[in-house]
Amino acid sequence: MNMWGYYNNMVSSKPAPPVMNQPTPFSTQVVSHLASHYSLLNQENQYGSWAIQVSPSDYFSVVSDLKSRHQFTMLTDLCGVHYVEPEPVLAVVAHLHHLPERSRLFVSVHLPIDNPSIDSLVSLYDAANWMERETYDFFGIIFKGHPHLVRILNEDSMTVFPLRKGFPLEDSTRDDKDDRMFGR
Amino acid sequence: MTPDKKTVTVNLGPTHPATHGVFQNIIELDGERIVEAESTVGYIHRAFEKLSEHRPFYQITPITDRLNYCSSPINNIGWHLTVERLLGVQTNRRIDYMRIIIMELARIADHIVCNGILGVDSGAFSGFLYVFQQRESIYEIYEEICGSRLTTNIGRIGGFERDFSDVAIAKLRHFLEEFPKVLSEFEALFDRNRIFMDRTIGVGALSAERALAYGFTGPNLRATGVDYDCRVAEPYSSYTDFEFDIPIGQNGDTYDRYLVRNQEMWQSLSLIRQALDALPSDDYHVHVPEFYLPPKAQVATVMEALIYHFKVVMGEIPVPKGTVYSAVEGANGELGYYLISDGGRSPYRLHFRRPCFIYYQAFPEMVKGALLSDAVMTMSSLNLIAGELDA
Repeated sequence: MNMWGYYNNMVSSKPAPPVMNQPTPFSTQVVSHLASHYSLLNQENQYGSWAIQVSPSDYFSVVSDLKSRHQFTMLTDLCGVHYVEPEPVLAVVAHLHHLPERSRLFVSVHLPIDNPSIDSLVSLYDAANWMERETYDFFGIIFKGHPHLVRILNEDSMTVFPLRKGFPLEDSTRDDKDDRMFGR
Repeated sequence: MTPDKKTVTVNLGPTHPATHGVFQNIIELDGERIVEAESTVGYIHRAFEKLSEHRPFYQITPITDRLNYCSSPINNIGWHLTVERLLGVQTNRRIDYMRIIIMELARIADHIVCNGILGVDSGAFSGFLYVFQQRESIYEIYEEICGSRLTTNIGRIGGFERDFSDVAIAKLRHFLEEFPKVLSEFEALFDRNRIFMDRTIGVGALSAERALAYGFTGPNLRATGVDYDCRVAEPYSSYTDFEFDIPIGQNGDTYDRYLVRNQEMWQSLSLIRQALDALPSDDYHVHVPEFYLPPKAQVATVMEALIYHFKVVMGEIPVPKGTVYSAVEGANGELGYYLISDGGRSPYRLHFRRPCFIYYQAFPEMVKGALLSDAVMTMSSLNLIAGELDA
């Protein structure tokens, strides 16, 4: 495969080790380019990778830009976070990876908890399909334009979103455990 | 079923022996050709991410055991590396080399399972039996190092709970001597076996572009020709000190995945040998008393040890606030830990990037148009571990 240049044959096993906890110059350049086109609500160096926060309306175009213009060909992961403070929000974090430049970039977006909906990335990355289903399953975040947004790991009849902070570790709907006997 | 329906629906799984775990595949068959496939997962979901939000950091290690249980030491050490990165702890060379030895052993054990079972699924049982004897030797080495075999809970945050014993080193040396013979024998059985080649070449092939789009990592991605390996791209645990190659395939089919795994075993062997020969003498753990249970004898006599013992067990330890993503090269792909710490006793949020959860969604595309028996081979060669997939 020569289309990426980097992926030729066997690579030498001795790369220049990346500087610990310091973003690569490439990703810094990409972030500054993004900052000139979009309004970045937050920009943070997370142990050597840039994490940027964008507004929900910019989210899809930022990721699309990163994929087509900056060649972040890999969507490593996508997950939700429920922040309680300072105000309750649901966040979606997309982990993007530029393989040849060894740069990771985290794009996050904060959504209101009463109407958490965001554009789906499935049209950009096929891998986003199950990741978004998982995020929907655990946080109840609606991904607009997702081809098949149903629960994936939990059972379909479930009505709660278990990774939200308000949901207790032990299922509060269970009635087979008596607190007096188990000392809870 | 409507009378004019031409296709037959077949449920492959969730308890079919060929699925090696609880996966359900609803397959639409036209004769023996697969027209459509749909995968259902989640049968052994155990809410690890929710559990992790309620446990102190060191108690999360046993949870990671149960992700990819064929190579749990990699998961354990991956988690320790994540916490060490959050804390800013630098481990010494001896710890790094010990970790490399154990992680590469785990990689061999995992690949033995995957390739051995691939043989079984194609009807060749003997190769599987030969290599499984060696897997037993690896488990004996684990047992010597940490006391357990499958769910190892090996090591601690900041190093190891005890040093390698002389018996462990002797068993390692013995393994390094014995395994190459068995692996050569295994390769002689399969590599140029006409039946095996006919069953695997061109089966379940995926192009590099599609594999990247689906977020493939590990041997499955490398079989398509993309040489991405966390050990090289983002070296951790002093992997830069050693000489090793990243084997890649060309066609991304079942045969290439098999070959890549076999080659990786040779590389792992060479890594273990290099690390064992260069093993420096130093402490087997760094000074992180907040995460490291003091020796039991000291707890009874030294006050500081008792205090730390209490603090470690109760998890009353200040940790930095921050968000860290740390990835290791698991046996079946990039295993990532996305950890958000708010300074509390347990993670605010911990997300596991499970490689096979992400690449299993490509399965319907990989088997479309293939024969039903090819679907079994494809699934087997993907190295799917239900425990990891469902988390």
